[in-house]
Amino acid sequence: MHRLYGMLLIVMLLVVSATTASAHPHVWVKAASELIYAPDGTVTGVRHTWTFDDMFSTYALQGIETETKGVYTREELAPLAQTNVDSLKEFGFFSFAKADGKKQKFNEPTDYYLEYKDTALVLHFVLPFRTPFKSRQMQLEVFDPSYFVDFQLQDKDPIKLVAAPAGCAMTIERPSDGSSAAKKLGEDNFLDGSNDNFGAMFANKVTVNCP
Amino acid sequence: MTLRSEDAVRRGAVWSILLVAAVLSADGVFHAALAQNPFGAPRAVPDQQVGGIIGWVLAKQSEFYRAMSSTIRAAKNDGSAVWTLLGISFAYGIFHAAGPGHGKAVISSYLVANEETARRGIVLSFASALAQALVAVAIVGIGAWLLNVTAKTMCGAERIIEIASYGLIAAFGARLVWVKGGGFFRALSASRASGPQLAMAHHHHEHHGDGHSHHHDHHHDAAHHHHHHDHDAHCGHSHGPEPEQLAGPGGWKRGLAAVAAVGIRPCSGAILVLVFALAQGLFWAGVAATFVMGLGTAITVAAIAILAVSAKGVARRLAAGRDGSGALVMRGVEFAAAGLVLLLGAGLLLGYVSAERVTCF
Repeated sequence: MHRLYGMLLIVMLLVVSATTASAHPHVWVKAASELIYAPDGTVTGVRHTWTFDDMFSTYALQGIETETKGVYTREELAPLAQTNVDSLKEFGFFSFAKADGKKQKFNEPTDYYLEYKDTALVLHFVLPFRTPFKSRQMQLEVFDPSYFVDFQLQDKDPIKLVAAPAGCAMTIERPSDGSSAAKKLGEDNFLDGSNDNFGAMFANKVTVNCP
Repeated sequence: MTLRSEDAVRRGAVWSILLVAAVLSADGVFHAALAQNPFGAPRAVPDQQVGGIIGWVLAKQSEFYRAMSSTIRAAKNDGSAVWTLLGISFAYGIFHAAGPGHGKAVISSYLVANEETARRGIVLSFASALAQALVAVAIVGIGAWLLNVTAKTMCGAERIIEIASYGLIAAFGARLVWVKGGGFFRALSASRASGPQLAMAHHHHEHHGDGHSHHHDHHHDAAHHHHHHDHDAHCGHSHGPEPEQLAGPGGWKRGLAAVAAVGIRPCSGAILVLVFALAQGLFWAGVAATFVMGLGTAITVAAIAILAVSAKGVARRLAAGRDGSGALVMRGVEFAAAGLVLLLGAGLLLGYVSAERVTCF
């Protein structure tokens, strides 16, 4: 009989909670990233270039005064860029790096600025690694675990290795090209009620192997 | 009688297993059916990794949402594009509400916790969706249009409203838990005090001990041979408040509290669309889109609310087949649903449950 009670509760919980599990994006970002290497072969940081979608760009520009209507200079956008990097901190800049399987931390961003191009805002910033490292294999993932922001690597040359040691090779996995770990995660991940790492299914992952 | 109720329980168990199976397999069926449909490509589209109906819903609503900005731009030169915009907004609302937020869980749990009808579920769903649309229009109308504040400022306002909403949900849940917990523990102690073997004594206790079950007495005294029959029909209600009590004017007040808790928090999507429309000089089109979006949202939320109420109906039929402990099951289900509202509110407030994030960057 206790099983019956349990079952009843399961029915109720399924109905009520199954529908609360999935998130959905409101912001779309076309991402391009450069991995920056020092002369000694260590990776020092990541330079991101994120292009926001039309609607979010317009939203973000709301209330910003400009000299010429519709033209936004880098100076006029500086306070917004500051807001961007300040608030991105809370989300770990949506960047997740590993060196030989070990998580790597980032310092505060540097060289950040916004430009307005073709009705879209483009955010540029450099994320320096707290400790530059050398590794046989490093991985960088760019995604929003809660999937409020949909990150897509730009179509052409999304990842560049800058001054990488000879022999380093990279592979890129996109959530949509069938190579990503996303396919291993099925509907269960949506239905178990947890969307902590929901966005991992939409992760963009670059792996760099060095000799 | 024991045999009969055992039968009913067994039948009920079969039904509830079927229901669970239906919920689980519906997804698989949809997945199979839709895998070849929406993208016009044959099965096994490598593109469609986030599978199943949820993946499809996600893909669809992203499609609709993204089409909105281009349609609003088009509407600047071609007025007829506004109709397209409204169509897209409606579809977006329907699909979008399948995601988190929009009060589905709160409204459904509230309906389950109380003796509510599907009709009231529909009314509450539409009322809260309307409130959400109104708040979104108010924020952008006052913030962006009248005062021309920055997105950051508007976002700050949204955050405050969000916290208020979560706080209200938690408070509302706490109140439900308080009320429903009382019913549950009364039912629990009543079933402990009298085991199933002492069914007769148990029934007597019910009928004469509780003030509110006066109408049972008629049957009891006047027609002894109907005894069993009457109990089967009324046991489900004997420990908690009668449905009529909840459906009264006070019940509506509680319903409004649910609408207020859920409805003051606007959808981020609507805010974005409104600001975008304003920037294109078509604020009115954004307002129209927001309300149509709310209509779509209401339909989805109402559908889920009906589902929740029906599921409770199944549970009630199951419980009706059982003697005194059937009431305990129902009180337990209601208590659990009330607890869910409280947990949701507290979880949202403390950040353990991620709802739609307010766009602040």
